[in-house]
Amino acid sequence: MNAVIKSLAEVTPPVGRDILLRATGIEKRFGAVVAASGIEIAVGVGERVSLIGSNGAGKTTFVNMITGYLKPDTGSILLGDRDITRLAPRQITQLGVARSFQIPQLFQELSVLDNMLVATACRENRLSFWQTARRDDAVDRADALLARFNLTEHRERRVAELPGGVRKLLDIAMAMTGQPRLLLLDEPTSGVSAEEKFPMMEIIMTALGQEPMTVLFVEHDMDIVERYADRVVAFYSGRIIADDTPQAALATDDVRRYVTGTLRQE
Amino acid sequence: MQSIPLSSSPFGASRTSHRKAVLLAGLAFIAVLVVAGAFMPKWLTFLLTMAASHGLVSLGIVLLMRGGVVSFGQGLVFAVGGYAAALAFNKLGITDALGLALMGGVAALVVAAPFAPMLARYRGIFFAMLTLALSMVCYGVLVKTNALGGSDGFNMGRATLFGQKLSDARVGYALYGVTIAFSGVMALLARAYFDSTRGLVTQAVRENELRVEYLGGSVKQAMSINFLLAAFVGGAGGALTVMSLGHIDPNFSYWTTSGEFVFVAILAGWQSVLAVFVASTLLEIVRSFSSLYFPNTWQLSLGLFLLLMIRFLPRGIGSLWVDRVGGKRAKGGRA
Repeated sequence: MNAVIKSLAEVTPPVGRDILLRATGIEKRFGAVVAASGIEIAVGVGERVSLIGSNGAGKTTFVNMITGYLKPDTGSILLGDRDITRLAPRQITQLGVARSFQIPQLFQELSVLDNMLVATACRENRLSFWQTARRDDAVDRADALLARFNLTEHRERRVAELPGGVRKLLDIAMAMTGQPRLLLLDEPTSGVSAEEKFPMMEIIMTALGQEPMTVLFVEHDMDIVERYADRVVAFYSGRIIADDTPQAALATDDVRRYVTGTLRQE
Repeated sequence: MQSIPLSSSPFGASRTSHRKAVLLAGLAFIAVLVVAGAFMPKWLTFLLTMAASHGLVSLGIVLLMRGGVVSFGQGLVFAVGGYAAALAFNKLGITDALGLALMGGVAALVVAAPFAPMLARYRGIFFAMLTLALSMVCYGVLVKTNALGGSDGFNMGRATLFGQKLSDARVGYALYGVTIAFSGVMALLARAYFDSTRGLVTQAVRENELRVEYLGGSVKQAMSINFLLAAFVGGAGGALTVMSLGHIDPNFSYWTTSGEFVFVAILAGWQSVLAVFVASTLLEIVRSFSSLYFPNTWQLSLGLFLLLMIRFLPRGIGSLWVDRVGGKRAKGGRA
């Protein structure tokens, strides 16, 4: 496996694309647990990259380090030319990085529209003591995004009343306000029934379709990975064990052994 | 980069005009109250003056509650505002009622400012107890400071209004008018703030701080600003109170005084500005009549009253009309 890891630094810079995100030499430990070890990755502008791996492999830790929730013990993360390794989540967000969460992080007692308006207000950094939150241009933008995510019918409902799938979509729609350069989706289809997964991903990808943003999404369903990712990065025990096109990555022995389980472990 | 289309909203329209209507209705209501005061008995104008000035302090607590914290120490800003106004009157010769009210607010804001960044980091019982501790430190300092009258406090003279001295016959009504107008304008500004982008983000902080940070908002800034706004209105409330009472003492900062402001805020709920003043008036009525008819057990009546309110209106008096309006909006699918 070491040979594979060693060669990844040469493989990762995508050909013909400007690099948007580059993580170098990332290490992260929680006591004796290695959450990230020697992570080297470069993501090009406009790429759709899926992060795969079994539970505890280090995917969400990696996402948390990109978004500033966790700081790596060593290594650096660059967004374009800017070092974001030690920045706070708020600062990283203002540089154009947005994320959704495995468990949607919403404002339960507010309406769907108000959730979107909070997102708009925070992103635009136009907080005012006087200007109404429901000003026409903000509402129009929120409505346009809600429409793209098929959420218009839920517009005035309190989030606490919404079903899980709708919350997931709202979580992502909120992340989309302000048109981020890099969008990280943490298990966008988790907790959704098998038959709803593809329609939901279809809504998400259609909504993202018009935007040239770069997307990293953590996913456990390999059918979804194969259909929607340009590239797959597989994690195991805090290390990257594969980084290639979906077909190539999913065919490697390490991924079949440690991630998909289609090859019996030795 | 393609921008998100600015389609015309199917729901849109008339938010601005609705807001203007609310503000105009509010101003008209204030004018009616001021005019009506001329026909009220003195005991009632005094009761409403106290309700409005104390309501300002509770309004500050409601501002904080919207961000998810409750201050048990608003007596601090109440006392600072009151002492500042009384000292400005006695020592600096500033006598205008409106000027003194503003001075009380600014003094409380200045005293609160150094603590705002620290308090913005705390939540729940820690925030409540820290604010309580600050108010009790203030109480201790005031009791021990002879230059400020120690535990007896000191008197202040009669305020003026726009350069006019107020006669015995006019002073009560004039201070009532000033207090109602000042509190009313503060209430309308608070209403506008609740509806503003900052106000909405404050509510979001109450719900989910993590997400606010991940959307690029500053939780610490939101909490600090709310604390300072609460200090300003609390200080102004203290100044208006001391003008009507003509006397101030350290009890303004005592924990039981802070407790009454919290009582009103809980009674009102955090959703409505108007409810704060309704609750404050109710408290003054219950207090006045209970102390008249049950002088030794009026706190018991107050406690029973609060218990009943919590049992039947757990979201406060404001929920009587806010929830109804919210329900209609959800049903109609319109803002």
